[in-house]
Amino acid sequence: MLPAATDYYRLLPEILAAVFGTIVMLLEPFLRREHKAALSWLGMLGAAAALGAAVLVRSDAGPAFFHLIQADPFTFFLRLLIYATALLVMLAARAYLDRENLPHGEFYALVLLGSVGMGVMAAAAELVTVFIGLEISSLSTYILASYRREALRANESALKYFLLGSFATAFFLFGVALVYGATGTARLEQVAEGVASVLLLKLGLALVFIGLAFKVASAPFHVWTPDVYEGAPAPVTALLSTAPKAAAFAVLLRIAGTVLPATLLWFWVLWGSAALTMFVGNLAALVQSNVKRMLAYSSIAHAGYILVALAAGTEAAYAAALYYLAAYALMKLGAFTLVAHLAGRGERRLTLEDYAGLARREPVVAATLSLYLLSLLGLPLTAGFLGKFYVFVAGLRAELLGLVVLAAVNTLLGAYYYLRVILYMYFREPDPTYEHAAREPVPAGTGLVLAATAAGTLLLGIFPGHLMRIAELAAASFR
Amino acid sequence: MTLFEAYPLLLVALVKTGILLFLALTAVAYLSWFERKVVGHIQSRLGPYRVGPHGLLQPLADGLKFLFKEGVEPQGADRLVYYLAPFLALSLALSGLAVIPFGPAEIEIFGVRTTLAVAEVELGLLFLFAITALGVYGVALAGWASNSKYALMGGLRSSAQMISYEISLTLSVIGVVLLAGSFNLREIVAAQQGYWFGAVPRWFLLPQLVGFLCYFTSAIAETNRAPFDLPEAETELVAGFHTEYSSFQFAMFFMAEYTAMVIASCLATLLFLGGWESPLPTTGAFAWTVYLPTVVLGGGGALLLVDALRHHRGFARGVLALLGALLGGAAWAVAQPMILPLVQGPFWFLTKVFLLLFVYVWVRGTLPRFRYDKLMAFGWKVLLPVATLNALVTALVVLLRESGGLAGVLR
Amino acid sequence: MVEQFTFYFFAALAVISAVLVVTVRNAVYSAVFLITTLLATAGIFLQLRAEFLFVVQIILYVGGIMVLFVFVVMLVDLDVALRQVQFNRQKWVALLVVLAVAGQLVFALALGSEALGLPAAAPESLEPNTESVGLRLFESYMLPFEIASILLLVAMIGAVLLGKRQKPPRSEA
Repeated sequence: MLPAATDYYRLLPEILAAVFGTIVMLLEPFLRREHKAALSWLGMLGAAAALGAAVLVRSDAGPAFFHLIQADPFTFFLRLLIYATALLVMLAARAYLDRENLPHGEFYALVLLGSVGMGVMAAAAELVTVFIGLEISSLSTYILASYRREALRANESALKYFLLGSFATAFFLFGVALVYGATGTARLEQVAEGVASVLLLKLGLALVFIGLAFKVASAPFHVWTPDVYEGAPAPVTALLSTAPKAAAFAVLLRIAGTVLPATLLWFWVLWGSAALTMFVGNLAALVQSNVKRMLAYSSIAHAGYILVALAAGTEAAYAAALYYLAAYALMKLGAFTLVAHLAGRGERRLTLEDYAGLARREPVVAATLSLYLLSLLGLPLTAGFLGKFYVFVAGLRAELLGLVVLAAVNTLLGAYYYLRVILYMYFREPDPTYEHAAREPVPAGTGLVLAATAAGTLLLGIFPGHLMRIAELAAASFR
Repeated sequence: MTLFEAYPLLLVALVKTGILLFLALTAVAYLSWFERKVVGHIQSRLGPYRVGPHGLLQPLADGLKFLFKEGVEPQGADRLVYYLAPFLALSLALSGLAVIPFGPAEIEIFGVRTTLAVAEVELGLLFLFAITALGVYGVALAGWASNSKYALMGGLRSSAQMISYEISLTLSVIGVVLLAGSFNLREIVAAQQGYWFGAVPRWFLLPQLVGFLCYFTSAIAETNRAPFDLPEAETELVAGFHTEYSSFQFAMFFMAEYTAMVIASCLATLLFLGGWESPLPTTGAFAWTVYLPTVVLGGGGALLLVDALRHHRGFARGVLALLGALLGGAAWAVAQPMILPLVQGPFWFLTKVFLLLFVYVWVRGTLPRFRYDKLMAFGWKVLLPVATLNALVTALVVLLRESGGLAGVLR
Repeated sequence: MVEQFTFYFFAALAVISAVLVVTVRNAVYSAVFLITTLLATAGIFLQLRAEFLFVVQIILYVGGIMVLFVFVVMLVDLDVALRQVQFNRQKWVALLVVLAVAGQLVFALALGSEALGLPAAAPESLEPNTESVGLRLFESYMLPFEIASILLLVAMIGAVLLGKRQKPPRSEA
């Protein structure tokens, strides 16, 4: 029996992204050095094609490749998220790569191929397929994280990322093996049916959780995050903190949604991990003076909020988690892109001092950054607020009062460090002895990304209805 | 209960192993004599001529010399690995012989039914590749443990070369596996039975000519033989990975190399030359070919006798005459109707292996050595793509044939 | 009887060599012991009648990957490596974790296989399974098998990208 045309059709977005990624790599050697930046158009075209295909395939939901892949509304939601992120990252990266004198072709190819892996993770309904997707996405992010080869810091962090990441994938793989041993299948739909050994299944799922917890950077598997986010090139950090995280959360959600015992088995694990993640992220962010690192800790904290939704385990909670993922991706993409721009050549200007008095020098940029920060904090009229709101409501409905209270406390903690940046930008005079970077105009691509993410943050904050409906549909696909 | 009743398989395997080892090591020893003779004649020399008639006792003398020489251990060498490496090389090479079938079907000797192979392995071909793949360790570790720059460079070169060519070696036989539909060496030979047009043997040599050429080239490189003997290029590296080895450790490397040659030739025979199948049909007009073993042995014996009487005297004459008489006796024995059918398979098999070994020596005697970068470029940029293409085309043909044309594939 | 003997032989070989891999200071020895571990595992595969796995394990891991390991390790300056001191201070944490895992294992063994509810062992003699492995890979598991090529492509791009010589900085002219 061989796969039919529908099988390929349901995997069309990933296939297109892979094809475009390969074409980028094939063309790269034939272009002259000054023309290589043009590959970004091809890369973005690939991501756009994948997006279009995702929309196209949406109407034809169903399993593919012998139930290894599930093209359902859930997959659709994540495909949108992943490929849109890839598109924006490539758009923002072009100016960055030019500035830092880094190779172009490989970057776009790796982003595209990496998003193939993430797309597969989001679509996979079977653990071995998830594993391959996870490996593809991890491997490309390892390489992207070490993209600035001459920077020592980047090398150290990339090595750390690679070693710990491989370790985590090993956990995941071992977990898959145990799940298979316990149930005789790796297909999520069937895992719950053929349980021969509950103990083994528990062990296996625990290991799977550890592997994924590493990828979403939830405590206590978060230790790599600040270093890697700080050391990686800023556009890569923007990617790292959004798409792979969303893909790993997608797998967690699918396991939680499809394998019924998983939710029960994982409940206290999720509860504890959520609480710990929020506190670790927020408390550590309080004392950071490096903005990039502060944002890294903040993204750990945000993983905690999403885990709250997972712990709640209801359909509404899953919808809230998806909504949160989208909102979070928008603001993190914008924030890191802006940080990349402000950091200047060699990414040297990253401390709070560098942001002092920014509002006077570059009012628009400062206002945009403030918007992202306020959204990350969760102020009303921003996407971040509604994300938190939906999660908290879902948590309360699932009678997780304690956890929701902890989350609220954490939001207050977050206020301190987000507002501090705004304070520096608007009310702090720069140290007169401190030599600021010459003002650089915002490159067109970066500007476009900033405009898109800022608009998205506001739009989602004011008119959440449409996206929320898609998220609800997506969460309903596990029924 | 005797030991035989308790473990019949084990005992038979042990006996077969013993016989095979004896034959293989003797053959390997005389292969060195053969090589020196042939290369000598290619270069208008006589080759070994002093020890025994036609230098026939040279291998024996060499063996004794190796045994009694002092083994020198280089300063700062890693003792354990230094002594392990030659042992590893030889034992791995010899164990590859275990899965090679030398003849068809089962035979019965002294009431024990058995086959002409030490072990019947379902995945014989893959097993052989696994063994070959391990062979590189002997060389690499020897180079490292010797604590010598030349040896280390030789070891590095050869491990790079061996793993590079191993890929094209493996890929080049994929076509055969596809055509035969099995990894079992016996089944691969069975798939080559019969004749096209009543006379042309259905060996895989014809449909897989590209595969055969790739295989044989890679095999020469894989066994580190000229013109790919870069690991031991004497003008650059003294003697490569075994520079620091002397005495019997050196002999072990030597034997390992020759055993690898024998195995590569055996495998080429099994995969491409129809194994023990006769190149001519044994029926009808060609029925007389069953007596070819007798003819060859008898002819050889006669030649030796004539040579002994005409050109030699004393000890040499005795030795040659004895050999001639032995061969004549063997010729008479294989003509007996009871033994005749048993001999056919091994006879053709060994003849083909011998021819391939001759090609090995011939190539060594006539082709100059590659430059190292050219060697790697040739392996990766020529052999590997060609072998891959061959595998792909064969796969396509097999697919088309099995599903009845293009329409069947698309359905 | 023989089966048990071979199993314990291979198992002991695998475990002891695995321990030696991480305890021996000489990198080449580590690699050699890792090879032994892999070979012993292959032996266990063979005993489980997974012939294909056995052969593939040897060809790929021992004959391919480990050769590259040895290749690299041979070039390491061993004297420098020997003088380096491990600088992390997690020995006791590690010991604790090891003890905990060992405790769990002992607990699981004490419970026995019935308590774990393990599925019954496969029947004694399987069919020659090369073909079934192939069919599985190319039919029901075709997708993971095929997209593994993307994984390899990514790895290759990465290896070349990180390994190739640094371009000289572009002149500011």
